[in-house]
Amino acid sequence: MPLPENKPIIVVENLSARFGSNIVFEGVSFQVNKGEILVVVGESGCGKSTLLKIMIGLQKPFSGKVLFRGTDIISAGEDEINNYRQNIGVLFQSSALFSSMRLSENIALPLQEYTDLDSAMINMIIKMKLGMVNLAGYENHYPAELSGGMKKRAGIARAMALDPTVLFFDELSAGLDPVTAVELDDLIIKTNEALGTTMVIVTHELESICKIAHRVVMLDKTAKGIIAEGDPQELKEKSTDPRVRSFFLRQLPDADYRDGAYGK
Amino acid sequence: MHSEKDWSKLYKISSEKKDSHLFVYLTGDFGLKNLNLFTNDIRKLIDKKKFQQISIDFSGISFLDSAAALALIQLKNYAGAKNTLWSFVNLTEEAKGIFSVIHEQALIKRPFKPKTASDNFLIQLGDAFLHLVRDFINVVEFVGDLLFAIFYTITHPQSLRMKDILFYMKRAGVDGLPIVGLISALIGLIIAFMSFLQLKQVGANIYVPSLVSFAMVKELGPIMTAILVAGRSGSAFAAEIGTMVVNEEVDALKTMGFDPVRFLAVPKVLASMMVVPILTIYADFFGVLGGMIVGVTGLDLTVNTYLTQSIKTITVFDIVTSLIKAAVFAALIAGIGCQRGFQVRSGAQDVGKYTTSAVVSAIFLIVVADSIFAVTLYYIR
Ligand SMILES: Nc1ncnc2c1ncn2[C@@H]1O[C@H](COP(=O)(O)OP(=O)(O)OP(=O)(O)O)[C@@H](O)[C@H]1O
Ligand SMILES: [Mg+2]
Repeated sequence: MPLPENKPIIVVENLSARFGSNIVFEGVSFQVNKGEILVVVGESGCGKSTLLKIMIGLQKPFSGKVLFRGTDIISAGEDEINNYRQNIGVLFQSSALFSSMRLSENIALPLQEYTDLDSAMINMIIKMKLGMVNLAGYENHYPAELSGGMKKRAGIARAMALDPTVLFFDELSAGLDPVTAVELDDLIIKTNEALGTTMVIVTHELESICKIAHRVVMLDKTAKGIIAEGDPQELKEKSTDPRVRSFFLRQLPDADYRDGAYGK
Repeated sequence: MHSEKDWSKLYKISSEKKDSHLFVYLTGDFGLKNLNLFTNDIRKLIDKKKFQQISIDFSGISFLDSAAALALIQLKNYAGAKNTLWSFVNLTEEAKGIFSVIHEQALIKRPFKPKTASDNFLIQLGDAFLHLVRDFINVVEFVGDLLFAIFYTITHPQSLRMKDILFYMKRAGVDGLPIVGLISALIGLIIAFMSFLQLKQVGANIYVPSLVSFAMVKELGPIMTAILVAGRSGSAFAAEIGTMVVNEEVDALKTMGFDPVRFLAVPKVLASMMVVPILTIYADFFGVLGGMIVGVTGLDLTVNTYLTQSIKTITVFDIVTSLIKAAVFAALIAGIGCQRGFQVRSGAQDVGKYTTSAVVSAIFLIVVADSIFAVTLYYIR
């Protein structure tokens, strides 16, 4: 699924991350184009979550820049960071819904904080967002009353509350059964196509990558940086890099098997 | 990036009338931030006169988000209620995409669960009473489990995790030394000072040390120590176990075949029962010391007379009962702390609720137990 336009919306420049003397990665540069689904992959411990935390401004890198529409958010002041945060949505691995609040209250929170809408309109927006993620009618439920997949979808609804330009996901379908994972993938694709939301997904699960990713960035633990970047299908078929090959081969043993097992 | 104030200038609405057909042309950016503004503008336009048909032209829209699209749908319903025909024309591809994911069914769908309305006073009263009864039953059940677990531990001493016991003894005991010492000294000082003010009028200064040591050893030492331990450790036990419940660690224990009460509660209870009596003696000592500051500086008693007077008042029976009392308080504090922790079901809020409850219930139980002690000891002597 190539995208025609590739206007960069986020540019990562020469990013390095360290924990003490432990160098996680160095000199990482890539860009996220407007409207695309970019998947960052790599084995466990290669620094995907670290990269994501830096990109959403939760963690400072050792060096480097993250430019959002040309403004560096690493060196930005409070105001700019705040503005940036209203333009992004994040779905954490554990969904991170507030357990003491109903779903409606979870979604209403950013709307009440950042807009001047009255409660009737906020209620309608809540209903709309829940409808988008197939949870219509669940506004009075508490997170504890939902299944893992439903929590993920509710998390997406909350992340989309402010109609963000970019959505970030950490381990989108980790811990979910294949059917739910496929449903979630479909939801991501549909949302991306309908709303044009740019998506950055960090994952080590290859199952869905080929289906949903427009582009893939592959990190490697020993190389401490990016080893491949591009169209997932092309990488899988044409890459000569043994590390890339083994990554795809290890986790995608057989295309027929996948098609048979998970449909579509 | 748009900053807050720009948004009102980012859109333009123009209109054109043909007979009773209104054409509204939207140009620019329409989103959450200017939703109220443009909704009002359009509403004013369509309220001006009764139109038969209204067409909203999208061709000039450069940005539209789902909230803005929703607002337009709501305007459509608003107009529909007044029997006005409404149409969206020249939809851009983006707009079509957005409309495709807004399910009108979802917008009118009733929530599965009604938001719980508050009941009337009588029902609330009944609920509260039932809650109290259930709480009591829970506590009794837990006491049973705990006694059973303690019995098991005593008969199978090798099952006791010594490391845990030492850890909680340090937590509840050693770490509390500074604050217990300080508070006891201050209490001793206050009692000495207050009694001195009264007793000096009748020239009975010599009884100040007796009063201080009597009050400290028999009542205030055990009680103050217990209250401090409840605040420091009872709450910590509840929060610790509660968080483990939330993280499904308690479930994991169960599935691995451990009895959570024996594994989590017994070490805490036993450790507290061992360390709180020692802490109480320490508190008594500091109370007497605090009183002595007043005695020596204000009453012109020598250190020697003060101490002899203090010790003369206290019998071995007093000290032993004070230790027993302290051990009972410790069992109550640790027990209720653990029990409240196990009551947590889900979420951070529950942890907070039961941590508070652990402290309040512990203090309540301490006072109840203390009054029972006071009456029994009176008859025993
Ligand atoms: N708070 C931290 N303190 C110290 N080291 C950390 C911290 N967080 C992560 N690391 C280290 O950084 C490296 C990258 O961790 P990260 O969580 O980003 O990996 P990941 O690619 O997300 O792995 P996974 O796929 O398992 O989630 C690891 O070697 C980890 O030990
Ligand atoms: Mg990770």
